[in-house]
Amino acid sequence: MIWNETKECMSRDQMSALQSARLVKLVDYVYHNVEFYRKKMQSIDLMPADIKSIEDITKLPFTTKDDLRDNYPFGLFAVPNTEIVRIHASSGTTGKATVVGYTRYDLDIWAECVARCLSMAGVGKDDIIQIAYGYGLFTGGLGAHGGAEKIGATVVPMSTGNSKKLTTMMVDFGATAIACTPSYLLHISEVLASEGLLDRIKLKAAICGAEPWTEKMRNEIETKLNIKAYDIYGLSEIMGPGVACDCEFHKGLHVCEDHFYPEILDTTTLSPVAEGVTGELAFTTLTKEGIPLIRYRTKDLTSIDRTPCECGRTSARISRFKGRVDDMLIIRGVNVFPSQIEAALIEVEEVTPHYMMIVDRVNNLDTLEVQVEVDQKYYTDEIRAIEALTKKIAHVIQQALGINAKVKIVEPQTLVRSEGKAVHVIDKRKLY
Amino acid sequence: MFAKQLTVFIENRSGRLSEVLHVLKENNVNILSLSLADTTEFGLLRLIVDNAALGKEKLSENGFSSLLSDVSIIKIPHEVGSLQSLLKIIDNNGVNIEYMYGLSIESDEAYVVLKASDIVKVDEILTANGVHTITCEELANI
Repeated sequence: MIWNETKECMSRDQMSALQSARLVKLVDYVYHNVEFYRKKMQSIDLMPADIKSIEDITKLPFTTKDDLRDNYPFGLFAVPNTEIVRIHASSGTTGKATVVGYTRYDLDIWAECVARCLSMAGVGKDDIIQIAYGYGLFTGGLGAHGGAEKIGATVVPMSTGNSKKLTTMMVDFGATAIACTPSYLLHISEVLASEGLLDRIKLKAAICGAEPWTEKMRNEIETKLNIKAYDIYGLSEIMGPGVACDCEFHKGLHVCEDHFYPEILDTTTLSPVAEGVTGELAFTTLTKEGIPLIRYRTKDLTSIDRTPCECGRTSARISRFKGRVDDMLIIRGVNVFPSQIEAALIEVEEVTPHYMMIVDRVNNLDTLEVQVEVDQKYYTDEIRAIEALTKKIAHVIQQALGINAKVKIVEPQTLVRSEGKAVHVIDKRKLY
Repeated sequence: MFAKQLTVFIENRSGRLSEVLHVLKENNVNILSLSLADTTEFGLLRLIVDNAALGKEKLSENGFSSLLSDVSIIKIPHEVGSLQSLLKIIDNNGVNIEYMYGLSIESDEAYVVLKASDIVKVDEILTANGVHTITCEELANI
């Protein structure tokens, strides 16, 4: 089922013309409404009139997560707060969150994009869908929710954290679709199996995202639950879930490119690469009002394919993600930067700045262990004091990251010292 | 009078305890008593040795983190009920005991190593009650 055939199946020429028109309008809009972009353009002698078509996009400067941090919280907004109807936030690279704002129109577009994704997964108004992404500052819950309401499905806003309630309602309500992280869905499948409920569910589709996953995981989900699983992609800076999604042919994720213009950049030169070549994904938000971003570098590695898909859609498809340019980790669907741990540990005077993060997946749930060394000054002969310190560090990390970590105090001088780029992460999961 | 206890933080991995003991042996540091407090992740090895300062120095050179702290070593008669009598004195004065371990030498006397929440107060209480505390050196010479 194709939600918006006009936009999803238009010819490449038509799409290019639409993108060109929207880019011209966008550049004029940000130049006059966002001081950051005006100054950036002035510094390279670029005027809005210099941007005449989508091909001119390479003349424009990039935007990075650091730019959002430097303009925290609302510095990149193009409209006054009277026009902003919603705020979301995700992890920044250090203490400060990355904050985004949506106008009513932005929320409409968001729901439209999610509606396209849900339709790709065969979900429609006859379906009962459980949204099991977190509701709150994280875009997952409310983002998927808006699109599910738009298609007229019966929406059950489960949020996260109560697997027992989720499985009970899945059976009792006869839920036919679920939106959650793929690792959580595998966990749910185990809960269902252990409760003997697998043959009592009516589930047919899952829309999984918010973390990288593999074909192997898809096969596992589909086999265990006897459903179809679809990959949805998004990031809060651009919008949230719904930027791209894969159809039943699973030949890459269809980008809603009438709203988000994708570019793949060489990781060294940052010049666009040819189709099929892997590079860093960047997006330009063609229609966004609240916080329009130009050439926002996602740090995600992928390649692009603009040939028509067997499903009938002509929209560009990005391949399954092949990794990250930076050291960001996604743990239980939450973006985590090692630098956040570093910033958090500075607050704890009892420990040295050295740390190691060990990420693993146990029973399909991500685990994070943070190893720290205690400063010699704070050595103690009491177990109680060490346990109190462990708790204190875990609390500081929880506050900084929004996820629970197991803290392990290790012997001095056992953690790797910085020699150039120190390795602070051991990720035992196989995600790419 | 306080005695110096040598405390070593060790991660729970095999061979670690033996490595600590090896360092002490190589440097001729004699262990008079010990207690190993363990959790799932780590252990605290608390040692009464004849030369705690030397032990700490040598352990540090070998990459172990250790700590010297003041504890009370108390001589008690090697007979039923003597430890309980001692604790009664401390309890009556409202001081908590953080940890304790014992050693018994082939004689009529036994010794307990004790760390209280307020070590100075405990020392005063013991002295006021005529209870003897000794140093590691004294203990080593028995």
